[in-house]
Amino acid sequence: MNRLIILPVLVPLTTALIMLLLPRRIAVHRLLGVLSTLLLSVVSVILLNSVLSGGILSLQAGGWAAPFGITMVVDTFSCIMLAMASLIGLTTAIYSIGSVDEKQEHNFYHPLIQLLLMGINGAFLTGDIFNLYVWFEVMLISSFVLLVLEGKPEQFEGAIKYVTLNLLSSAIFLAAVGILYGMAGTLNMADLAMRLPMLEHRELLSVAAILFLITFGIKAAVFPLFFWLPASYHTPHVAVSAIFAGLLTKVGVYAIIRFFTTIFTLESTPFIHHILLWVSAFTMVTGVLGAVAQYDLRKLLSFHIISQIGYMIFAIAIQSPLAIAGGLLFIVHNIAAKTNLFYLSGIIRLISGSWNLRQIGGLYATYPLLGLLFLVPALALAGIPPLSGFWAKLTVIQAGLEAQQWLAVSVALMVSILTLYSMIKIWNEAFLKDNPLSGDEGQRGREYHELSAGKKIALIGPAIILAMFTIVSGLWFEPFFILAEGASLELLDAGIYSKAVTGGIP
Amino acid sequence: MRVLLPVIIGLLYATGIYLILRRSMVKVIFGLVVLGHAANLMIFTVGRLTKGSPAFVPHGATGIAEPFADPLPQALILTAIVIGFGIQAFTIALFKKTCLSLKTEDLDEMRNTDQLEKESP
Repeated sequence: MNRLIILPVLVPLTTALIMLLLPRRIAVHRLLGVLSTLLLSVVSVILLNSVLSGGILSLQAGGWAAPFGITMVVDTFSCIMLAMASLIGLTTAIYSIGSVDEKQEHNFYHPLIQLLLMGINGAFLTGDIFNLYVWFEVMLISSFVLLVLEGKPEQFEGAIKYVTLNLLSSAIFLAAVGILYGMAGTLNMADLAMRLPMLEHRELLSVAAILFLITFGIKAAVFPLFFWLPASYHTPHVAVSAIFAGLLTKVGVYAIIRFFTTIFTLESTPFIHHILLWVSAFTMVTGVLGAVAQYDLRKLLSFHIISQIGYMIFAIAIQSPLAIAGGLLFIVHNIAAKTNLFYLSGIIRLISGSWNLRQIGGLYATYPLLGLLFLVPALALAGIPPLSGFWAKLTVIQAGLEAQQWLAVSVALMVSILTLYSMIKIWNEAFLKDNPLSGDEGQRGREYHELSAGKKIALIGPAIILAMFTIVSGLWFEPFFILAEGASLELLDAGIYSKAVTGGIP
Repeated sequence: MRVLLPVIIGLLYATGIYLILRRSMVKVIFGLVVLGHAANLMIFTVGRLTKGSPAFVPHGATGIAEPFADPLPQALILTAIVIGFGIQAFTIALFKKTCLSLKTEDLDEMRNTDQLEKESP
């Protein structure tokens, strides 16, 4: 069973290689993309099952025992993230068939998506800090290429900001890794979790912790390190922005949770949690205020990503079992809802011919079902019951009340209202108001109508799948909560993790 | 070396940060490269410098005497250099394409080139 752990990395890698060997067979690329992500979903469900029944699994690469070799670990948290990554991978693979044009597919669009998934999965699996750096770079280099794949002039500005800030964060990550290694003499996460509490020279511990916080803060787009995100997410192809919006920032959040629960505990670096609390409040507010001012559909949604990251950081800052469980639920809900909104924005763009809300209108009259489909993730994001977002937000806020963080809780509630406001704004502008371009009615929806029926299904299908997920995880919330609670208890007890990886020998 | 290397690392960080704050794209690339080097040297230095005793087991012996140079930081640096090299190559290609496409290499002029559509129809 342990050997299965390598599959979430191996499957996309093999798929990408096969695709690269058949560079002109676009139909094969599409098929392989869907098959590989289907296989990934199956693997992650099997892994989740075996972790739930048999505890944390680990694999020592090359047979080198734990602190010396590279370890791959799956606990419940990694399993949840892997499952979400494969769900988004699958829906994106289907959506791409409908939306990505053939020129880009010939430019190795599908293999790049597979490599991106490989980097993301690797980051979720690894139990070694330096290895995490390597997976981050795998993920980054694929995302760099995907960002400018179309080569349009308007894509470069965002790409330069994205590339520069991410390279800067890599350099900071490296420095932090060096400092931590110099202090503890190990980079294995489980080994570090055991050694850090009994370290003699701990002067540099806070320096390393802060450097890690900055690195992952850049990746997760928290205040005040988020500026690359709204600058770059609105220019690439919409399938690319959807998968970025769903997964890339969450990898940063994953790393923050992993580091500041398992490795740097509340006792060893207490100040981190104060910083996280302030950061979370500012992230929520600046994100949503940025969104309120926007009229570009994707820019608006990009700012919302930041605002939602704030809730996750808030959960980490409180760090009670309930809060972490709420944070995990929030991540799961947000990945599905956010990606779905980007998919739908792509469909809206095809129908109306514009990203600008001022130039879109009257969609509800012509496409009422699309409107209903849009309402599901939009209301979930604002936290309207009984959708998934409500429960996630409720859990986080309840944890905040229990921890008596009145200020941050009231900020979170205010931000919810503003989120609802900007979702209503999209609804009013795109769906309800009259079409501002009444003169050239012939232009409207031409791009969309010219698509074949198969492509239309490929566009709408993923949105329906994710909307179903949002509804189902809202209505049958209990199993999700039990899962998240189990994962959070596992995260907060670093002993379980260390024992599973090293066998209890420091 | 114990004094010299930290000074060099500090200088490299200062240079790198100064360079990435410049408006010229070429200087930003140099800045990123220099920052990468600074981080690598930092791993090397913080991983404890040990002079003249490589981590080899002498012929006939069963172990090595402390202190010996830790080979792991060097392995880390090697990996980081290789990754950094690949990413820098991509960055240079990206910046060149940007320069040709937007006809400027001044970052201050890249403020509104990302508008997908003009405001008025």
